[in-house]
Amino acid sequence: MEVTRRLILGASGSLALPGLLRAQGSGPIRIGEINSYTAQPAFTVPYRNAMQLAVEQVNAKGGVLGRQLELITRDDAGRPQDAVRLAGELVNDQKVDVLAGAYLSNVGLALGEYAAQNKRLYIAGEPLTDSMVWEKGNRYTFRLRPSTYMQASILAEEAAKLPAKRWVTVSPNYEFGQSGVKWFKQLLTARRPDVQFVGEQWPALGRVDAGATVQALEGMRPEGILNVLFGTDLTNFVRQGNTRGLFERRSVVSLLTGEPEYLDPLGDEAPEGWIVTGYPGEMIDTPAHKAFTSAYRAKFNAKPMCGSLVGYSLINSIAAGIAKAGSVEVERMVEGFRGVRFDTPAGQAEYRAIDQQGTLGVYVGKTALRNNVGVMTDWRYIDGKDLLPADEVVRGLRPASAS
Amino acid sequence: MDSILPQLLTGLATASSLFLVASGLTIIFGVTRIVNFSHGSLMMLGAYIGWSILTRLPRDPEWFVLGVVATVLATALIGVLLEVVVLRRVYRAPELFQLLATFGVVLIIQDVTLWLWGAVELPLPRPRWLRGFVEIAGNRFPLYDLILIVTGPVVLGLLWLVMNRTRWGTLVRAATLDREMVAALGVDQRLLFTSVFALGAGLAGLGGALSLPNASANLNIDLSVITDAFVVVVVGGLGSLTGAFVASLLIGILQAFGIVLVPKITLVLVFLVMAVVLVFRPNGLMGRPQSEAREASVAAPVVRPAPPALQLLGAAALALAAVAPFFVGDYYVTVLTDACVAIIFATSLHFMMGPGGMASFGHAAWFGTGAYAAGLLLHWLGAPMPLGLLAAPVAAGIVAALFGWFVVRLSGVYLSMLTLAFAQIAWAVSFQWVDATGGDNGLLGVWPPDWARSPRTYYWIALVLSVGVALLLRRALYAPYGYALRAARDSAMRARSIGLDVARLRMVALVIAGAACGLGGAIFAYGKGGVFPTYISIPHSVEALLMVLLGGLQTVAGPIAGALVYTGLADILVRSTDLWRLVLGAVIVLLVVAFPEGIAGAARRLWLRGREA
Amino acid sequence: MSVLVVQGLSKSFGGVLAVADVSFAVAPGEMLALIGPNGAGKSTCFNMLGGQLPPDRGSVHLDGVAITGLGPRAIARHGVGRTFQITATFGSMTVRENVQMAILSHRREVWQFWRPVAGRHAEEADALLAQVGLGAQADRATGVLAYGDLKRLELAIALGNAPRLLLMDEPTAGMAPAERIGLMHLTRRLATERGVAVLFTEHDMDVVFDVSDRILVLNRGALIAEGDGPAIRANPAVREIYLGTGATSGGH
Repeated sequence: MEVTRRLILGASGSLALPGLLRAQGSGPIRIGEINSYTAQPAFTVPYRNAMQLAVEQVNAKGGVLGRQLELITRDDAGRPQDAVRLAGELVNDQKVDVLAGAYLSNVGLALGEYAAQNKRLYIAGEPLTDSMVWEKGNRYTFRLRPSTYMQASILAEEAAKLPAKRWVTVSPNYEFGQSGVKWFKQLLTARRPDVQFVGEQWPALGRVDAGATVQALEGMRPEGILNVLFGTDLTNFVRQGNTRGLFERRSVVSLLTGEPEYLDPLGDEAPEGWIVTGYPGEMIDTPAHKAFTSAYRAKFNAKPMCGSLVGYSLINSIAAGIAKAGSVEVERMVEGFRGVRFDTPAGQAEYRAIDQQGTLGVYVGKTALRNNVGVMTDWRYIDGKDLLPADEVVRGLRPASAS
Repeated sequence: MDSILPQLLTGLATASSLFLVASGLTIIFGVTRIVNFSHGSLMMLGAYIGWSILTRLPRDPEWFVLGVVATVLATALIGVLLEVVVLRRVYRAPELFQLLATFGVVLIIQDVTLWLWGAVELPLPRPRWLRGFVEIAGNRFPLYDLILIVTGPVVLGLLWLVMNRTRWGTLVRAATLDREMVAALGVDQRLLFTSVFALGAGLAGLGGALSLPNASANLNIDLSVITDAFVVVVVGGLGSLTGAFVASLLIGILQAFGIVLVPKITLVLVFLVMAVVLVFRPNGLMGRPQSEAREASVAAPVVRPAPPALQLLGAAALALAAVAPFFVGDYYVTVLTDACVAIIFATSLHFMMGPGGMASFGHAAWFGTGAYAAGLLLHWLGAPMPLGLLAAPVAAGIVAALFGWFVVRLSGVYLSMLTLAFAQIAWAVSFQWVDATGGDNGLLGVWPPDWARSPRTYYWIALVLSVGVALLLRRALYAPYGYALRAARDSAMRARSIGLDVARLRMVALVIAGAACGLGGAIFAYGKGGVFPTYISIPHSVEALLMVLLGGLQTVAGPIAGALVYTGLADILVRSTDLWRLVLGAVIVLLVVAFPEGIAGAARRLWLRGREA
Repeated sequence: MSVLVVQGLSKSFGGVLAVADVSFAVAPGEMLALIGPNGAGKSTCFNMLGGQLPPDRGSVHLDGVAITGLGPRAIARHGVGRTFQITATFGSMTVRENVQMAILSHRREVWQFWRPVAGRHAEEADALLAQVGLGAQADRATGVLAYGDLKRLELAIALGNAPRLLLMDEPTAGMAPAERIGLMHLTRRLATERGVAVLFTEHDMDVVFDVSDRILVLNRGALIAEGDGPAIRANPAVREIYLGTGATSGGH
């Protein structure tokens, strides 16, 4: 008995030795990042660029815990099932220490589920769905970007200041669009009980019949419009809307339109006076942001996009979290990431302990045309922590198992 | 309601755009019988080429017209290139092989376009005259949309003139009715096909160029346009230009008014229309029944029991698969598990497609149904995995029976398109019925019980189930039912004349295929930890087709070979290069050109060298 | 005692009367030929008997059982075998398997999913194949068979479900002259041996007069003559429709 026990302990100890050696810092700390590189190239190219820039900068300063950072990326082709498979490859084959990334909300949720099941740390960058850290949140998933709720709430706040009473919504027919509309309606009605929602349109994502949609909205004779369309749908919608005069003498409030990924393709047809969330880019003149922009330009000879901000901040947040945890062992990382403060070009942010949501904030402003290109003006930055509901509400939404 | 007229006109403008794209597709299909998946890609190229040309020209209307004409010619040239290099080599192959080749072309064009023009959306700056509008019933109506409304009928008229008043057009119409006869009359079939393809591609390019003022050149055009184009072509009747025009009008107007009445119907409207039309008019509004008699002359080769060498090979492969987890890491074990699911996916499709003669473009629907059944049982009733695995084939079989009742009454491409319509409806249900299915965020937390959760154990479960399903299906094929099914496919007329119930045989094949596929879906769901609407997507159905056709339709081992090759290839490529679509597309095209009977079919041919079949 | 009794069979296509009030009977073992010029209504008649077309009026009885208007499958189950003008066989099966399929269907053993077909009813199939002279080719794929052999195979398949009536649509179409006689003599022999009534359409008059017991002549949808070979040859109405009255030929 005695011999067998010692034998087993000894054997398992020797098996664990390589892991111990790694944890004590012999090789690089590996970040396994999964994103929709072929399905969403417009977003992911500047995003990956910025991640690489951040990794270089962190490594130039000596890395994390005395070890260099290494970034490995994989393409999920926009499908959750592929993302889960590749997460397995990164974890089992490439032996990454942290999982990160995702663009689509359902991919993010699938990766979060994988992380919880396999007890691995996953830091989501771009996915916006609220359920990621609330209804479907879990202990091993953190999310950086301001969620649909956060973005909708600042827009509702701005919309409440407008005289418009008759509102319509136009939004892509999937969860992100549905949540955006739901929160906006709820939060605006709470501030302005006199407001009425007289109609809505739900074009299929990526296949909007813009003329018919604009015509239908026009028929409802609204005073205010909430738009959640983005990408090619937004381009179609704006062109038809401009020609048919949908936006004239109307207030328009629009989610994400201020991001250069969506504003630039509008060209000289960019609408003016829309209240939008977005990213003013090089117009931000804080020292942190200027340093980021010049470093990005120096390396890539292009302006940083909103995706760049996200990618850069993601890597920095991971570096800060691991440094605070003092280890790459999963449970210690979870404790370390909770409440960690990190620098981003937009300012300081943290991962809240209560729901593991990042407090990276939202830029809100108005659209305008400058030199035949759309830009954000009159913008201000609102810290993410001011956009989240009260703690009791959050605790009620998150499952008990997530702590 | 003073908004009826503008809404109607808007619908007409949409109809014109739809017609432009669909016209090329229907002409190409009518003559060459090719289901050209790459038609949307040609329109996308038209948009990008149009952008490149028009942004370099002055902005007056004359130059716009010139630029559009140049784009049409350029796209027509690309169509010719495509036909000569790729499609010409696969005319001899069964119809669906051409489909496979065109799908490879879609992948290639996606990466080529990205490489040439970049990732960012390219809008065409609109000069003043393109932004103009007129006042109609108190609403502003875009001038350009009026131009579009006129363009549709003008193009229809020009095409009608070409088809009915030129010798070439007469040949094209004759070839649409009876291809073999036209060839027998001494017409150079190759030249005819190439010129038809050029016309079709040119029309796609026209559609792409004319879409620029209202939209932009972007990388989503190909896939977003192709489904609508197929729906219009099928609803109108394959090969019928007037049918395509009428169908475009129907769909454009229905859509314009539909979204006012039921805004959320956008996901499913066109497919509902297609399903309804096909149920009442199985050949589309104006289509003709496809000539069946000549088709049967390309008979399937004889199916014999596998030679002992092959059986030994199969046993060896199985033994290797069983011990694989001891030699490879956990990740590769999950890839092998995915391969097991792929085997079920492919063999079940092959069952109804090869011996059954029914090509399904919507096979992923049963896969998803099975997955959702298992997931929902877990969520609502806490049902453990064995129960989920039992319920999945039952649920999928029931749904297959429901859809199948309509499907087996059709044949040929119409049958395939109806399966596509039903699959899209199923997808839309899973996507939109958020309360039941979780919507596009899916159902999470669908995991196996603790004892089955390690990758190895789960793999062995999947292996046993997939081999079991494949063997059961094979067993059925060599039993009287399988023979009867093949008899119904070889010659429905002869089958009936010996007393076989062809419709019922096919229905049962569909239910069996659906049920088996549903089991695969459930295994997949437990392996991934969730169920998502992407399980029912068109690309997923296409993957099933790819696997079956790659492996070859006419052998029982074909789908297994295809499943293994495709899963392995896709996994390696995705992890090796950002340009994996280009490489995968090229590999598919090369395989189709080199092995029109598929991999297993080619192996069989080599094996039979010198021997009689 | 007739196997097939047809009474008052009629069919119109949009105002055009294709078959008008046709009545006849076929006895067991009898070979009855249905002839007439093009457009006489032979195919329409045949398709009504075979179940591909429903008759407008009239009745068809097989051994006293009404089969009027039933579909091809039901008619087959009542004991009717069929061959087609363009041979229709099961191309993905061997010659033997084709016949086995017919026998399996006849024995209602189709809806089985487990036991392989393999050698089931193989002796019976081989016997049928031997009778039509295809015994040596039982293992070959149908795709490699000569055309004449395919026709024989069709005959074997049609006999596979032990029919009492055999409907043959232009059975010798596309065959060389020597083969034609051979096939029809074979059919005659099998019909006599098994007591099967045979109704066939034909254009080749040599075959018709050589092998048939009785001949029906259709013209413009109506039955204008019925009788044995010599009687039909002598019938002036028949000569007129096939050879013309001579009045318009102008003489030379």
